[in-house]
Amino acid sequence: MSEADGIMRLRQPISVTYNWSAGPNATSHLNGLLDGTLVGKRCPGCSLVYFPPRNGVCPKCARILGDDVVVGPRGTITTFCVVNVPFLGQKIKLPYVAAQILLDGADISMQHLIQECEASDVRIGMRVEPVWKDRSEWGPSLENIAHFRPTGEPDRDMGVEAGAS
Amino acid sequence: MADLCAVVGVGQTKHASCRADVSIAGLVREAVDRALADANIGIDDVDAIVIGKAPDPLEGVAMPELWLADALAAHGKPVFRVHTAGSVGGSTAIVAAQHVMAGIHGTVLTVGFEKQSDGNAMWALSVPIPFGMPVHAGAGGYFSPIVRGYIKRSGAPSHIGAMVAVKDRTNACKNPYAHLHEPDWTLEKALESPMMWDPIRFVETCPSSDGAMALVIMSEERADKHAGPKAWVHATAMRSEPTAFAGREQVSPRAGEMCAEDLWRKGGITNPAKEIDVAEIYVPFAWFEPMWLENLGFAPRNEGWRWVEDGVTDIGGSLPINPSGGVMSTNPIGASGMLRFGEAAMQVMGKAGEHQIDGARKAVGHAYGGGSQFFAMWLVSSSKP
Repeated sequence: MSEADGIMRLRQPISVTYNWSAGPNATSHLNGLLDGTLVGKRCPGCSLVYFPPRNGVCPKCARILGDDVVVGPRGTITTFCVVNVPFLGQKIKLPYVAAQILLDGADISMQHLIQECEASDVRIGMRVEPVWKDRSEWGPSLENIAHFRPTGEPDRDMGVEAGAS
Repeated sequence: MADLCAVVGVGQTKHASCRADVSIAGLVREAVDRALADANIGIDDVDAIVIGKAPDPLEGVAMPELWLADALAAHGKPVFRVHTAGSVGGSTAIVAAQHVMAGIHGTVLTVGFEKQSDGNAMWALSVPIPFGMPVHAGAGGYFSPIVRGYIKRSGAPSHIGAMVAVKDRTNACKNPYAHLHEPDWTLEKALESPMMWDPIRFVETCPSSDGAMALVIMSEERADKHAGPKAWVHATAMRSEPTAFAGREQVSPRAGEMCAEDLWRKGGITNPAKEIDVAEIYVPFAWFEPMWLENLGFAPRNEGWRWVEDGVTDIGGSLPINPSGGVMSTNPIGASGMLRFGEAAMQVMGKAGEHQIDGARKAVGHAYGGGSQFFAMWLVSSSKP
């Protein structure tokens, strides 16, 4: 079972460029990022706040999301992973902490990078705040935030929310 | 009410990290030929074909149904493709069974496959979400925070994942088709395995495999006339939910609990841990064994890890889990769910060889996919309901 058996294997690289229509909900979110503001959306049905409002509808009640809501900028870590594995296309030096962060005022966590502390010091319940890149590097992306760092506030007891999204 | 159906043939490939000796079509045909031989029928006896594979970017091949029809001798027959991420092998088997249960076809061939060596699944599972932060690192990066949530919630000691890994790797040595044959694992050695996606150690992750699994499913009328062991399908269940929503229980998704409740209700099972003899469940990261024991309703909440520690899920335990070695020893993603379903069928057919559980009469096959959001399960038995 090897190429020594005379079976040919060919390497065929694939490259794709595509356009993504953000829709009105994600557009207000992305416009917020261009302005350094974290904009989510409230569901008119269950009143929960989604950040980012990616699909434009509430995943729970399928209502179209309503009003813009500014969230954060501080938040709480609900759970996290310490990444030690290299992979193709990786942009961040290993090891790094990828954390689920529940921004203040939002009802769902989002994933971002934790820096300015040892990976071993990161905890569920830790309070964090964003560190923005220089404004000249900004685009319509959460990459405008270089990373989050500990605020030094007391931890929040996440209770049953630990590990939840 | 649905008609009854039975699995009468099971066939799988020798799984390996790279089956460079065959094309995808050759890999699929290897499993299909074995399933047909096991059922003692010819390819012309098949009425319809249902195939499933993992998401196309994982192996870099889109729409394989266009050209796999050749290898499957599909001319003049219906071909269907099912698509539910990592649970696809399970949901494909269910769609195949339902074609028979609906009375539409008498004999259906179904196959799940993946040639991971032809693509780069780690890349495919790490593609940045547009305009998000590119910190996501493969399936392990997704599931590791959820495992951390389980450990915190349940108070499980940190060696549980390693115990599952050693058990599954040891079981795989009894399965000639398994990808990994690593007989030398000990708990002590496993605990020294490096943290890859902390809290997930390298040994606690599944391999990346090439492989396929095929099943032949017949109507009651045909199966009754068919010589040889059968796995009667007592119940099938599927449930899904969104990848993310506010307050979502990610450790034990509600869709999984609902799917299991539906399976037990349809199968007339009131005490799953007592009435089920063996289960093949989808455990791509070792910690998911105790998590799914709870989600499926086998173990009480936060107690699944104690069952692992007490050896309940060992081959000699009261509820053996993954005697084949499971996903932890063989993971061609598009086939992995059907491998669980097929291995469950093999157990009640008495065809599991060295990893056969003595006297297995009722077995469960389980698969999940996406962000723990698609669930597929079936309950099979050596006798009719």
